[in-house]
Amino acid sequence: MIVGQQKPFEEIWQLVKDHKQFTVFGCNTCVAVCHQGGNKEAGILASQLRMRAVQDGLEIKIDDSGIERQCEHEFFEKAEELIQGSEAVLSLACGIGVQFMASKYPKTPVYPALNTTFLGDVPETGLFSEKCQACGDCVLGVTGGVCPVSRCAKRLLNGPCGGSTHGKCEISKDTECAWQLVIDRLEALGRLDDYEKVQPIKDWSKDRAGGPRTFKLEDF
Amino acid sequence: MAETVTGSRLEKVLKSGHQAVTSECGPPRSSDASHIITKGQLIKDHVDSINVTDNQTSVTRLCSLAACVHLKLQGLDPVLQMVVRDRNRIALQSDILGAASFGINNVLCLSGDHQRFGDHPQAQNVFDLDSMQLVQTVRYMRDEGKFLSGDEIKQPPSMFVGAAANPFGDPFKIRVPRLAKKVACGAEFIQTQCIYNLDKFEKWMEGVRERGLHEKVYILAGITPMRSVGMARYLQKNVPGMDVPDELIERMKGVEKKKQADEGITIAVETIQRLKECKGVAGFHVMAIEWEEKVPEIVERSGLYPRPKID
Ligand code: SF4
Repeated sequence: MIVGQQKPFEEIWQLVKDHKQFTVFGCNTCVAVCHQGGNKEAGILASQLRMRAVQDGLEIKIDDSGIERQCEHEFFEKAEELIQGSEAVLSLACGIGVQFMASKYPKTPVYPALNTTFLGDVPETGLFSEKCQACGDCVLGVTGGVCPVSRCAKRLLNGPCGGSTHGKCEISKDTECAWQLVIDRLEALGRLDDYEKVQPIKDWSKDRAGGPRTFKLEDF
Repeated sequence: MAETVTGSRLEKVLKSGHQAVTSECGPPRSSDASHIITKGQLIKDHVDSINVTDNQTSVTRLCSLAACVHLKLQGLDPVLQMVVRDRNRIALQSDILGAASFGINNVLCLSGDHQRFGDHPQAQNVFDLDSMQLVQTVRYMRDEGKFLSGDEIKQPPSMFVGAAANPFGDPFKIRVPRLAKKVACGAEFIQTQCIYNLDKFEKWMEGVRERGLHEKVYILAGITPMRSVGMARYLQKNVPGMDVPDELIERMKGVEKKKQADEGITIAVETIQRLKECKGVAGFHVMAIEWEEKVPEIVERSGLYPRPKID
């Protein structure tokens, strides 16, 4: 799923404080799971902003609401009226939702309340961890199911580098060395010999490097 | 003597059966080249070739390629260190041609430290290729006379291709296979991480010999003299992939402060003397970090002087 983290409150405030009215919209899918951008968080953020407006002696009408998914047209129906009637929107969706909203309402300013941080999983309650960079050419089949593109700080396809220490990455004692994990996993699968297969130079044109990517289903 | 394929002096020394001695110079954080030239002059009679580091520890410096050119113009044999952190395949291939155009005939292919350690932790990193793929790339350019794209290179770069090995990185069990991979990619010489834990290094070399890798690649053992017990402790605690045994710290501690530097040099000399006997060690890479003036003493005391005359 997509993981995001709320921007510092002061940064959000600076984005919206000059409006007379705006609506705060949660997105109740990915970023709700990480308790940063769901409808509930939208409600809390809206009250904090109202309090701040009062403290600064500003008269701003701040509404709040939610949209199940801010990245698909069908979920906008119920919110249509509220958005049309808003001077601006503060979106707690990921960067995708913010852009989708902005493109739907070309005359309405849409501000992000989150920093979209990574594509990750939930290995334990309250912990989110990056697992994929959408490089467009998955290598998990040859790396024992551990992604070096997202989890190795140098995205080495033939790791580990010389900095791997006691299973940790050279960048921090709190970061696992992805290549230690690859090797452990290959060993568990009885495939440690595969370690010596040299992984070829990657085609990064399928990654962000190749420009924005799209994909169209022919039958639709 | 095995046939040489490049103009590299290092290749000639190794292939004529001598134990080679290389050293390294770190370029300055300035546009003044006199610094690197002075360093080169200090050590030139005691080493065969001189590595020039590439923005080591991710701290911005005068570029490795330009520094190599300065050394080359002094008649020395530089080893261009290239990290894949800062340049994509276009820039890497371009710099290899540029280096070859100045008669620089050695390249050492490295991943590079993560930028988090340097002066620009906010920088983007590249890692288009990894260090093994860079080895493959240079060999392909040289041997096939082609760019990675398949386009022809009219005059291919004459490069003797090296890579690094760290026998002390984890997990230990893949450190020999990892060397085998680098050899399979085309590495012709290897310079190792600084060796302080000799037992572990010798154990690694045993694995290297078992697979006959020492007959396929020239392994230069990495030597860095310690200047003080503080430096020993720092290396032990703060440098990932460095293995400094407690006995060495104790030994440095047992010497009065003024004499610790001398003790560090003695340890380096003893290390070389012991490893000269280690089958498969083809030479030494003496990295006296910001202490280049000590290289001649280490080389002489280790019995590696004079260096062979090579035309
Ligand atoms: S220590 Fe491991 S995860 Fe970190 S950069 Fe090196 S190989 Fe990648």
